[in-house]
Amino acid sequence: MPKTRVPAIEGWFTTDEASPTLLGARCAGCGTYSFPPGGSFCPNPACEGTELEPVPLSRRGRGWSYTDARYAPPAPYVAPEPYHPFALAAVELEAERMVVLGQLVPGVTVDDVQVGDVVELVLDTLYEDEEHQYVVWKWRPVGAGPAAGTAGEGGSDR
Amino acid sequence: MSDDRRVAVLGAGMHPWGKWGRNFVEYGVAAARAALADADLAWRDIQYVAGADTIRNGYPGFVAGATFAQALGWTGARVSSSYAACASGAAALANARAHILAGLCDVALVVGADTTPKGFFAPVGGERRDDPDWLRFHLLGATNPTYFALYARRRMDRFGATDEDFAQVKVKNARHGLANPYARYRKEVTVEEVLGSPMVADPLRLLEICATSDGGAALVLSSMDFARRHLGRGAAGGGPRPLVGVAAVATVTPSYPNTVIEMPNFATDSGAVASSSSVVPFRASIARAAYEEAGVGPEDVSMAEVYDLSSALELDWYEDIGLCGEGEAEKLLREGATTLGGRVPVNPSGGLSCFGEAIPAQAIAQVCESVWQLRGEADGRQVEDARVAVTANQGLFGHGSSVLLVR
Repeated sequence: MPKTRVPAIEGWFTTDEASPTLLGARCAGCGTYSFPPGGSFCPNPACEGTELEPVPLSRRGRGWSYTDARYAPPAPYVAPEPYHPFALAAVELEAERMVVLGQLVPGVTVDDVQVGDVVELVLDTLYEDEEHQYVVWKWRPVGAGPAAGTAGEGGSDR
Repeated sequence: MSDDRRVAVLGAGMHPWGKWGRNFVEYGVAAARAALADADLAWRDIQYVAGADTIRNGYPGFVAGATFAQALGWTGARVSSSYAACASGAAALANARAHILAGLCDVALVVGADTTPKGFFAPVGGERRDDPDWLRFHLLGATNPTYFALYARRRMDRFGATDEDFAQVKVKNARHGLANPYARYRKEVTVEEVLGSPMVADPLRLLEICATSDGGAALVLSSMDFARRHLGRGAAGGGPRPLVGVAAVATVTPSYPNTVIEMPNFATDSGAVASSSSVVPFRASIARAAYEEAGVGPEDVSMAEVYDLSSALELDWYEDIGLCGEGEAEKLLREGATTLGGRVPVNPSGGLSCFGEAIPAQAIAQVCESVWQLRGEADGRQVEDARVAVTANQGLFGHGSSVLLVR
């Protein structure tokens, strides 16, 4: 029986597999963005706003920097056995003027990407148990290149 | 520089860093007794105890000030316990200093100590889905080195830093720490050995990322008046051992919007509404606040102890504490300016590179080393004619710390 895909955390992203977005918060008073959502106060010190509305963030951004995890992170990360290193990206969103972290999709290494490259948001499995696949957001390089192609097959389309 | 805002450092003491596996209280008490001996004062002379907390050693760690006071024997001294992550030691120091400057006490003891687990720092136990520190491990697998490596890669792309530059920082600090009796690692390394060590978080290798250590550090502070009486000197100072003073303690938070991704966050602040163009970036604001408070500038600094959680991060600090302009840190390193014998040695103690991190003790240890350097007592690693020292450190969740010391 196929496993049910569920978000690894509720309310941080839409579950539209074809075109997912991160869900940030936007202050109804001053328009300031923040991520993750769920806060009670606008972070802008010039604003006393307490109404933070969920807002989809830009699906694309540019890589601010990259790294990888050559060794399995400790719990509460659920590392597969055997462990496969993964890469991470800090991505600058132009409209929101903020940088958001995320893993890069499997198959993409730090050597495949440059600071300033355009990446886009996809959903991918973070870990599984007997019945569920727990899904999280990841970044995938946009455009040609063998790495991006591999990632498309192995990453978001499962 | 005005004298009336200073407090004196009468004593500095440390327990050697290592992986001793004993109760953290032992290290703290050993450091406290060493600092008291250095100050030529008795535990009963202490009127205020400021403890720096550890969150990995149960309740005694959360109330570290009282834990150390009880271990030394209750005397009725007033107490505080502070947690500010890696900046906890500076928070405790700030409390003690404020009590002295306010005239609430004459003599205070500052203590921090830790016993650490092996390997990556993991969040404290339990499933805590409202704690960003728990969530960044769970959802991203983002360890502490992840963040250090993001900064390192950014330096490479923006400023042309190389793997060799990062390795040279490690080589320098390993050499500095060789003669330091409190350092955990006292062994020279070569660039080849650094580059040959396993990659942990590209571009950072095992020998470039600070370990987690056990250790303890303590300071005895007093009012300048008390110090002069105690040392039997006139107001002009002098005598065989220079009197070292704390001229500033900056425990600043970031200014909004903080546009650098910080541990343990998932995102930066947004600059969409509040512009970041007029805001001093957080790390650069830390030492700047200390300089302003002390009325000195980076050009006056003889030496610095900075928080080299990674080899590459030390280069960021060169710029953030004003030793050079943005993008110029590699040049400063390559010139040898930050090596012992250079213009402004950085981490003459050997830094975290040689110590590993004993979180609540670390900011205090930076001050201990600065005190010994300013007194001319740093055997085998002495900065020539050191007069002004600056320390810089950053604790997660927005804790800056910088201490400015003068003799």
